[in-house]
Amino acid sequence: MQASDRFNINSQLEHLQAKYVGTGHADMSRFEWAVNIQRDSYASYVGHYPMLAYFAIAENESIGRERYNFMQKMLLPCGLPPEREDD
Amino acid sequence: MDPVDLEIAKTQEERKKMEAALAPDSITFDTELYDGNNRFQGYNREIPANDDEENADAMNNEVARKLASFTAPKSLLNDMPRGGDDDSLGFKKSQKIIDREDDYRRRRLNQVISPERHDAFASGDKTPKPETRTYADVMREAALKREKEETLKAIARKKKEEEENKAAGKDKEAIAAPPSQKRRNRWDQSQDDAGAKKSKTGSDWDMPDSTPGIGRWDATPTPGRIGDATPSMSKKNRWDETPTPGRLADSDATPAGGGVTPGATPAGMAWDATPKLSGLATPTPKRQRSRWDETPATMGSATPGGATPAAAYTPGVTPVGGVELATPTPGAVNLRGAITPEQYNLLRWEKDIEDRNRPLTDEELDTMFPQEGYKILEPPANYVPIRTPARKLLATPTPLGTPLYAIPEENRGQQFDVPKEMPGGLPFMKPEDYQYFGALLNEEDEEELSPDEQKERKIMKLLLKVKNGTPPQRKTALRQLTDKAREFGAGPLFNRILPLLMQPTLEDQERHLLVKVIDRVLYKLDELVRPYVHKILVVIEPLLIDEDYYARVEGREIISNLSKAAGLATMIAAMRPDIDNIDEYVRNTTARAFSVVASALGIPALLPFLKAVCQSKKSWQARHTGIKIVQQIAILIGCAVLPHLRSLVEIIEHGLNDENQKVRTITALSLAALAEAAAPYGIESFDSVLKPLWKVGVPDIVARIVEDLKDESEPYRRMVMETIEKVVENLGASDIDSRLEELLIDVVMKQCQEEQLMGHLGVVLYEYLGEEYPELLEMLKAHKKGIRRATVNTFGYIAKAIGPQDVLATLLNNLKVQERQNRVCTTVAIAIVAETCSPFTVLPALMNEYRVPELNVQNGVLKSLSFLFEYIGEMGKDYIYAVTPLLEDALMDRDLVHRQTAASAVKHMALGVAGLGCEDALVHLLNYVWPNIFETSPHVINAVMEAIEGMRVALGAAVVLNYCLQGLFHPARKVREVYWKIYNSLYIGAQDALVAAYPVLEDEGDNVYSRPELTMFI
Repeated sequence: MQASDRFNINSQLEHLQAKYVGTGHADMSRFEWAVNIQRDSYASYVGHYPMLAYFAIAENESIGRERYNFMQKMLLPCGLPPEREDD
Repeated sequence: MDPVDLEIAKTQEERKKMEAALAPDSITFDTELYDGNNRFQGYNREIPANDDEENADAMNNEVARKLASFTAPKSLLNDMPRGGDDDSLGFKKSQKIIDREDDYRRRRLNQVISPERHDAFASGDKTPKPETRTYADVMREAALKREKEETLKAIARKKKEEEENKAAGKDKEAIAAPPSQKRRNRWDQSQDDAGAKKSKTGSDWDMPDSTPGIGRWDATPTPGRIGDATPSMSKKNRWDETPTPGRLADSDATPAGGGVTPGATPAGMAWDATPKLSGLATPTPKRQRSRWDETPATMGSATPGGATPAAAYTPGVTPVGGVELATPTPGAVNLRGAITPEQYNLLRWEKDIEDRNRPLTDEELDTMFPQEGYKILEPPANYVPIRTPARKLLATPTPLGTPLYAIPEENRGQQFDVPKEMPGGLPFMKPEDYQYFGALLNEEDEEELSPDEQKERKIMKLLLKVKNGTPPQRKTALRQLTDKAREFGAGPLFNRILPLLMQPTLEDQERHLLVKVIDRVLYKLDELVRPYVHKILVVIEPLLIDEDYYARVEGREIISNLSKAAGLATMIAAMRPDIDNIDEYVRNTTARAFSVVASALGIPALLPFLKAVCQSKKSWQARHTGIKIVQQIAILIGCAVLPHLRSLVEIIEHGLNDENQKVRTITALSLAALAEAAAPYGIESFDSVLKPLWKVGVPDIVARIVEDLKDESEPYRRMVMETIEKVVENLGASDIDSRLEELLIDVVMKQCQEEQLMGHLGVVLYEYLGEEYPELLEMLKAHKKGIRRATVNTFGYIAKAIGPQDVLATLLNNLKVQERQNRVCTTVAIAIVAETCSPFTVLPALMNEYRVPELNVQNGVLKSLSFLFEYIGEMGKDYIYAVTPLLEDALMDRDLVHRQTAASAVKHMALGVAGLGCEDALVHLLNYVWPNIFETSPHVINAVMEAIEGMRVALGAAVVLNYCLQGLFHPARKVREVYWKIYNSLYIGAQDALVAAYPVLEDEGDNVYSRPELTMFI
């Protein structure tokens, strides 16, 4: 990257993007990305009431229970992170 | 012989030899070797400063464009390259206040910050000391000034008469015209010259530093001398001096003097155009009339049409007010007219340098040199001292004019280019600040200073921080100034702040800050401010007529606070002398300031004073200003005049019958302003004024005004015509006698002929509209946003009027020109035409133009397309298929700018047609855009990213995500980086929408990646 580019909007873009939870970067592992996907999905289910209702009917649970379950799953959606190979 | 003498003789001998050797004719060049040809001919003398010169077109897309309205994109209007600024700021407009001021407003610099005045409240019953300026002193001075003016006027008139008599005598000899006198205020004109001339024409007694050439007025024991001796006069700089008509008088007296017609002045003179204008303006015979009492009607005719000065000076404040008030004081016209800001700076600089380089006196030399071993010699006979070294420094040396190299004198006070390090964390000083804050650079030990000096230093430091410091510095400094205001005292504070506000190079922001300081300090100082009221008014009043709205509001706020702090009596005492000042500028600003005082302290409090002023027997100026104050009050406080309407009307009504026409006019205007402010109530208050009108009959009115139909001013004629029409309509035409009828018809006939001419002109103009277009393009570069907006509108109107064909041909041709600015403007114009005349009238020709194998043309076409799709928004859905092949081609072009511009066209297109069923074409285009994601040039990548964002909106996040997935885990890091960047902007833009589109990931050992919920169904 040239010195002049360092401060233009394009280089700042990545920095700006990094401020948001859930964005990715070139060194992201499959696991990290998958966690983000899962959490986004649960957040989306919880956020859309008709979706919650749909799941509740399909699983024969109350809507509140479904919501609680989804929130709980957001904690470790994909289980413990795998051992990193380079460690 | 003394050994010293011997040595001197020897040195002189040697010196002579050296001089002979160095004489210019002893140096000859070998012309064969150094023949006239420059051996560097044909070389490039400059290296381009940056490499992306050819990327210049790309620059334009830097700023995000948003469609605000159906005109040109805002960013483009703002971003439009503009010419005219030659300083290093590039296209940045000058921030200096003086650069946007007209001559009239610039007259604020003529005002003198007057010395403190006596505060009658503070001193109680004590008799003021003789050196304090009391109200009486000030009034006396004002009276003297006026008297001087009158005398000079009389003298000038007399001289002129004499001259005319003489001229009549030797009419024949007059062919050899006397050499015209140079303008007086030329800074490079040598002092001696001016002195000689002055002594001839004899009016130098108004110059504080007048040379020994004593004019005959000097001998007259006029009391005016006393006025001259007051500190207020001696404070003035020579070049900065208030132009008193004395100067005019002498230029008047010279046969071919100044040469500026009185009427043609301020409004017409843009500051950048002035020097030429005033220089070339031919002296008309009319100018020799005494003009300060000239009637407004003549004024109007001198500045025809809408160019009446008042309209130009006070846009927005008083659209009707003060038309006749703009009569320039004659002296000011001659002097100030030609001075541009550059000259101001030059003059300032010159003066500065002269100060530092003033010749050393004998005493000073004595103290500098040892007493022994030196002998004082007589200067050579041919030695002429240069009294103004700055002139020597500033003058460009001519090759043959300076035969010897002169070793420049060492000059310790000189500020060199490198700014001095500021001690104690002070902010940077601009060169012009040295004058005010230079003392801070002396690294004296503060302990040694007297408490007063320490205080002063402290104030200076704080002010500098407020003026030039960083925001936090500024904030603390402002707070300190406020907190310690009473401790510092009003005098030291204002003596520091006010001169800064008179600085000719002041910028808006700086003025704002300083005004803020005054505002804060006022609160704290309260009644301590009294002696300084006039000083403050001198610098604040100009804000009231500033073209910037916020400056006007600020000015009002300060004056209102000032009047609350100082009280009515002090305010009146401070401003009363200015009410009949000879300078119209002063009267104008004073009237406005008074209206603010009235609104701050209440109209009733001011009424007795106003009544007295409006009935002044002494001078019409006082009556005029008094009535103008009423007008300004009406304008300022609007319907709040209602309770006082009757008294205000009564105060000014007699002005309608005043002997002076100006007073009559301002009275009418004031009544109008009052009526406007009070409408729809309060008509009964005007009874006393309106009654006489109901008595009079049609013939009376019409006979009075019919002659005015011949007036030069078109708006005036129209007004008169409307009046006649209304009168006749209401009261019937039966009373008009045949003579009047004849007159009326005669006038109307004359007018009609003109109308016909105008109609004809209209046809001609219409035919040439097409050719006007390119010229109109230039106006897209105008400084003023209003002009640019109007230009854009005009394009639309013209195209609508004459159809797009001719216009388009001109514009497309224009794309071939080399100048980039021009091309950019043209592309905007094309898009405007497309918008006004529907895209289908323009697109075929435009797309056809893309076939021209020329970079500029093709880029211009693409840019036009980009603007076009931006303007037409969803209308684009009908055209998207038509332009797709062209964009395909452009997106595959080798040229970067092609792809960039095409990408931005795609963006606008996508955003315009989102949800309108054009997905097929858009996916097709996305396929062409996508390979460009690896571009590195900032403008290109920016355009590409924006195009992809546009696609996200139009096609949905899922589609773009599918493009993304292929590269998120690419083995090459460079690729991954780009893809993640796209993914991230996708994610930020449409996180929720992505949930449904994420790929199915296989589980890995303990880690569950699948999302079973999505497979559920009922």
